[in-house]
Amino acid sequence: MNTKNLTSEILDKDTKTEKHKIQFFENQWIFLILLGLILIFALVTPPGSFFSFRNLQNITLDASTILIIGSGMTLLLIAKGIDLSTGSMAIFSAIAAATIMVQLAGTPDEVAQFQYPHLGIALAAGIIVGIAMGALWGAVNGLLVVKSKVPPFIATLGTMGIALGLAQVWTGGINVQHVPLPFQSEFGLGKMAGLIPWPVVVAIVIAAFFWILLAYTKFGLHTYAIGANVEAARRVGINTERHICILYTIVGALCGVVGILDVARFNTASVASHTNTPLSVISAIIIGGTSMHGGRGRISGTIIGALIQAVLLNGFIVMGVTPFWQNVAVGVVLLVAVQIDQIRRRSN
Amino acid sequence: MINSASEQSIPVLEVKAVQRSFGHVRALDCANLKVMPGEIHALLGDNGAGKSTMIKIISGVLAAQGGQVLLDGQEVHFKSPHEARMRGIETVYQDLALAHTLNAGENIFLGSEIMTRGLLGKLGFIDREEMSRQAAETLSSLGINLPAGSGCVGTLSGGQMQAVAIARAIKWGRRLLILDEPTAALGAKQRELILQMIEHIRDARKLTVLLISHNLPDVFRVADKVTVLRLGQDVLTSPIEGLTTDSLMRAMTGANEICTDKKGGAH
Repeated sequence: MNTKNLTSEILDKDTKTEKHKIQFFENQWIFLILLGLILIFALVTPPGSFFSFRNLQNITLDASTILIIGSGMTLLLIAKGIDLSTGSMAIFSAIAAATIMVQLAGTPDEVAQFQYPHLGIALAAGIIVGIAMGALWGAVNGLLVVKSKVPPFIATLGTMGIALGLAQVWTGGINVQHVPLPFQSEFGLGKMAGLIPWPVVVAIVIAAFFWILLAYTKFGLHTYAIGANVEAARRVGINTERHICILYTIVGALCGVVGILDVARFNTASVASHTNTPLSVISAIIIGGTSMHGGRGRISGTIIGALIQAVLLNGFIVMGVTPFWQNVAVGVVLLVAVQIDQIRRRSN
Repeated sequence: MINSASEQSIPVLEVKAVQRSFGHVRALDCANLKVMPGEIHALLGDNGAGKSTMIKIISGVLAAQGGQVLLDGQEVHFKSPHEARMRGIETVYQDLALAHTLNAGENIFLGSEIMTRGLLGKLGFIDREEMSRQAAETLSSLGINLPAGSGCVGTLSGGQMQAVAIARAIKWGRRLLILDEPTAALGAKQRELILQMIEHIRDARKLTVLLISHNLPDVFRVADKVTVLRLGQDVLTSPIEGLTTDSLMRAMTGANEICTDKKGGAH
């Protein structure tokens, strides 16, 4: 026993002990930045403009798109994947969903006169088809990455162009008209209990689901393991290809959800939206502390990253500063976050 | 030194006349190996002798193209490493195959997680506390006490990482533990610790160990028996007693082929 204690001391001596301080800092700093931004905007804007319940609704509504896609994409980045086609998948899904809704709600004449004899079935079918289309594109991404071994960056760059292009061909570049109005008035602009906008509720439910999935389940653990060491995961019997494929499909399905929320909010589907979405989502996740190198990350970080972007956009608008500064500010925060990631990796 | 020689005479593992080629290269050409229960059996050989191919066949990574692999006297044909693991064969490769951002418990139970009791467990929830507790137990039985709350294994020393990989292997390995150059990347003190750990695994856990090495001092330090591979064939199998560094070197390099026949005298 004596020798054992001795030898374990030999090993323990090599362990780095200053980890805890660094960890506290790296987990909290981004939250402090969010609080700082809110404080600054609250101070420099007229009372009751930025820091009001109504504006809080706007901010969370702005953050919901990034948060919904970001919830799935956080898992994908942790597993060392990436998806650039999210914006195109959302557009394609929105157009599919809107078209189905318009076609099924009634005859063209009825719909043009705001009469929807088959409203329920039209909305249900539109929602299902929209999410299914997103999932289908996601599955294509997954299969390209897993089976054809195309690097994720290139594979999703390809589908980004294809999905957007097909959406343009489909619509001829024209917005889908005559989406049933109640979908917007009751859901897209509606609020749960008159307080929380429905799209925000959807985002909260989705983020909570993926938070739990990532932090507490076998699926989450396997996601981390695949990102940290895909070969190790394979050797212990994890079906890594299937897992990665599922992650891409999830991201696609979430883009479908965003597409449907777009239809609900704007009462139309447009091919000229979401140009910034893929990079905004990835920025939010990286700002939230998820590593581009895989194996590390949290949904809580992504929530904060999404809120930082929304606060910056909203704050500049309320201040009357051109929102173009939002791009600058997000870029700066992103670079700082990546720098922190590098320092953290080196310290390991 | 061989604990259970009296108990049984069926080898834990027997490899009979196994062949494997890669294109025109014959990696294994009629190679044999017999590992008896409870022994530390060293598999020696120069680079390219076929050691890696041999353990890959035993652990289900590669399929043999001829010959037989017998586990406890039964012929086996593993189609995947997972199948080999299910039969109680665990392999610790040189790269350790650890997920550096997971902690010791998560690594040890990866792929065989402990689920939460009840409904949540059926929904896929894992019991991290129980995994950490059992991992600490296994590690401390090997003489390793990781500092409480130590995080991901990426922050551990080389010896500690090796220990975690070995702990994972003995947690699941019921029949045979294959260690691929376990001391290759370690300093003197940590090397001694790992060697003690291997002896402990044989003595306390009664687990059979196949030790791949080309470090002769290590082999003399812990092995009970030695098999030497050269150019895809086994050229020497012998208890370690009576062997010398010189005789092993001769077998590995083929210097004594002229004066002795294939499995001839080691002396």
